[in-house]
Order: sequence, then C-alpha cells, then structure tokens
Amino acid sequence: MFKRLGDIGATLTLKVDGKPIRARIGDTVAAAMLAAGIDHCRTTPVTGAPRAPYCLMGVCFDCLVTIDGVGSRQGCLVSVREGMEIETQTGKREAGR
Amino acid sequence: MAADEYDVAVVGGGLVGIATAWGLSREGLRVAVLDEGDRAVRASRGNFALVWVQSKGLGLAPYAGWTIRSSNAWGGFSDLLKQETGLDVCFQRPGGFTLCLSEKELEARANTLKRLHNQPGMIEYKTEILDHSQVAKMLPDIGPEVVGASYCPLDGHVNSLRLFRTLHTAINERGVAYLPSHRVENITQEGGVFRLATTQGEVRAGRVALAAGNANMRLAPMVGLEAPMKPERGQIVVTERLRPFLNYPVVTLRQTDEGTVMIGDSKEESTDPTGLTLGVSATEAERAVRFFPLLASANVVRTWSAIRVMTQDGFPIYDESATHPGAFVLCCHSGVTLAANHALTVAPMIARGVLDKTLVAPFSARRFHVQETR
Repeated sequence: MFKRLGDIGATLTLKVDGKPIRARIGDTVAAAMLAAGIDHCRTTPVTGAPRAPYCLMGVCFDCLVTIDGVGSRQGCLVSVREGMEIETQTGKREAGR
Repeated sequence: MAADEYDVAVVGGGLVGIATAWGLSREGLRVAVLDEGDRAVRASRGNFALVWVQSKGLGLAPYAGWTIRSSNAWGGFSDLLKQETGLDVCFQRPGGFTLCLSEKELEARANTLKRLHNQPGMIEYKTEILDHSQVAKMLPDIGPEVVGASYCPLDGHVNSLRLFRTLHTAINERGVAYLPSHRVENITQEGGVFRLATTQGEVRAGRVALAAGNANMRLAPMVGLEAPMKPERGQIVVTERLRPFLNYPVVTLRQTDEGTVMIGDSKEESTDPTGLTLGVSATEAERAVRFFPLLASANVVRTWSAIRVMTQDGFPIYDESATHPGAFVLCCHSGVTLAANHALTVAPMIARGVLDKTLVAPFSARRFHVQETR
C-alpha cells in the first residue's frame, strides 16, 4: 500500500498483535503500521467498522490502538520504541485497560 | 377552522412538551408544538437519563406515588413508541444504586430513606441498605472505599437523546404540527380561543398546555397561572465508549447502552449553560474513580453543563387556570422519569379539559401560598 522513500536508515522492531514489524527510528506508531501494510488499526465501538490512521495529526482519533497495555492511545502521536507492544483495538475499549 | 388553529397548542418542544403532545395526539386531537430555535436552553439535551424512584418525595409524599406510577408505565410507553417508530429508546429497569464512600454518608443515606418512608401517606416500596460485600455481588468493580449503598429495584434508565428523537419522530408521523423558532411572546384568550403571539406570527388553539420548562415562569401569568421556578446548573462528564462493566445505574454514574459512561449530578446556582466549572467536573470525576477505580484510565471525551428545570420546592406543578379555562401548566424536574405519566395520564386529562384531582391535586402551585409568612 505505502512504500518508503529511499533508505530508511537505522531501524528498530516492535510487535503488532504479537507479530514483529520493522520501523524507522522516529516513526509514529501509525506511520509504522501503515508502512508495514497493516490496513486497519481498530474497529469502531458501535458498528464494528474497520478504521485506519487518517489525519495523522492528532485530530481524527481513527488511529486508536492499545500500546503496552494502555487502550485508546492515538498511534499518530506516539513515537515507536524498541520492543513496543501494539494491539489493534476491537470495538469498545475494556475499562481499566 | 383555519390552518393555524389547533385543538391544543403545547408550548415547549422539550421532553415534557413532546411527550404531552404525543399523548394528546393519541386522544385524536389536532396538536401544535410551539418551540424555540436551535439555540434554546434545552434541558432535554443535557439531562442524565435516569428513570428514577429512590429518594423521590421527601417533603411531599404523593410525589413518590406519582413517580412510581410513571416508572411502572415506562415499559409499556417505550413499547408503544417502538411500535410506532421502530426506534428503541433502550429503557432498562435493573434497579439502581446510591453509593456511599464513608460510614457517615451511608448513615445519612439510611436516615434520609427512613424519614422518606415514614411520611404519612407514603406509598410502600422497597429500598434496601446494602454493605460493601452485598454491593460487590451486583457491582463487582466497586472500589475498596465504597462502604455500602442504597438499592431500589424500581430504578432504571434510558437513552435520553434517543428518547428525544423518538418522540419527535412519533409526533411528526402522527401529524402533530411542530413549529420551531416560534418563541411565544404573549397569550390572550378571546371567545374561548387562545391566541399565541410568536416571533413568527399568531397561532390559535382551543387549549394551551405550557410545557416550557423554566420559561413557564414567564408564560404562566399570561393565562392566570403561576410557575415559581428556581433553575440550577448541573455538569456532566462523559467518557469514551467502554465494554459493558456496569449492569445497574448509579444515581451519579451510568453506562449507556452504547458503552459511554456518564458521570455527574452537580448543582450550582447558575443560569449560564455555556460555561463549565472545572473544579466541579474534577470532583465528579474523582468520586467516580473512587466508586469504580477502573475508570481512572478512561478517556473523557466530553463535558457539558445544562440548566435544570426546577420548581422552587423541587416538586412538579400541574395546574389548570381558573381565569382562562383550557389553559394548563406542566412543570417538573424529571422530564425523563415522568414522560410516561405526561404521555399516558396528564395528556388524556388535558384532552378531557379537566385535571383529575385524585391524581394531581397535591401538585398545584397553590401549595406555595399556604405556608407563606411575613
């Protein structure tokens, strides 16, 4: 879907739903997921429609994911870190998680 | 009869007005609802959506019976609305809680309920005081600070925005004339016909039902009635949608059918619906987290303030005019809880042209004069 422009330099590895993906240092979680070809990061709470990162600037809240156990985080506002555990979010967030 | 003439003009397009208009339409009357515009201060869009019984009626015992009548009628009311519109207002009646965070709070709660239920003429129903472990059986996510609660099996809640939409859909389908941006400026009665002067011309009707919330204070004297009101502001904090964890409404906290958690029952002496007192929201949120610690990580997506419709003593007012026959006034705080009564009990009275004193005599505004002293 998306292709990197040229050499991406140093990389790190994070996990999305248990699968390792490679990301460029400085990527946001949302950008890394898009670059890895992940076509949606969550499903909506009421109708269950799939959603992908959209505005990439913190406004639309469509890139919500669970990051290291904390739900409903905006993937476009969080930079990747080595060993980060991302989970796509299915429907409503679980309270306390 | 001209196109601008109706059997009944209902003034106010909030929950009280449209529930009454729906009920009048069911009686076969031609009804108009005169409403303000989109900028109206509308409690029906800001309310907490409880269909609530426990603790109602301290100081006026018949209010408890009136509330229970509506609570009992609510299931049938929502079924009727669903049959007509296909829309589900999500009425649920699992019983409800008032949670207490200290022994002192719990004792005060028990005393209030004792005084309530000891009143002469009080209808009998059950409200239990439960300790922490009894509450935890029904609400497993309560925090350690919750020492106990009162629980009443008659309490419930609805999706109130959907109720608002459903009633508007229902009156529209029934041919009720909904007239927005028709703020009523003056009402006169000539030859048995009420003439309502509005910002968009005159509307005529054989009867008038004032259901304009706090604005009844301004309108009621035009037809020989009175509605002493004391508006107050409440604030609500709303979280993102969460998986269901709360199977019962709590008086200050509920999870909607769609997963949203609503928090708040603050009271402020303000009539400004556009502002928000941050300290009040913070206190509401802090207590909510002490009730249910798992809420600490939930994201808040909205907060709002709204003006409560409140009579001076907090109890409803239902009156008919002695000087202007055919004019009625309806005021109440609990437009959601009492919607079934307004639709199924009060509207038929207005259709017959006379209030049934055996049911609503205690709610006449005449009560405000009895104890007036100098």
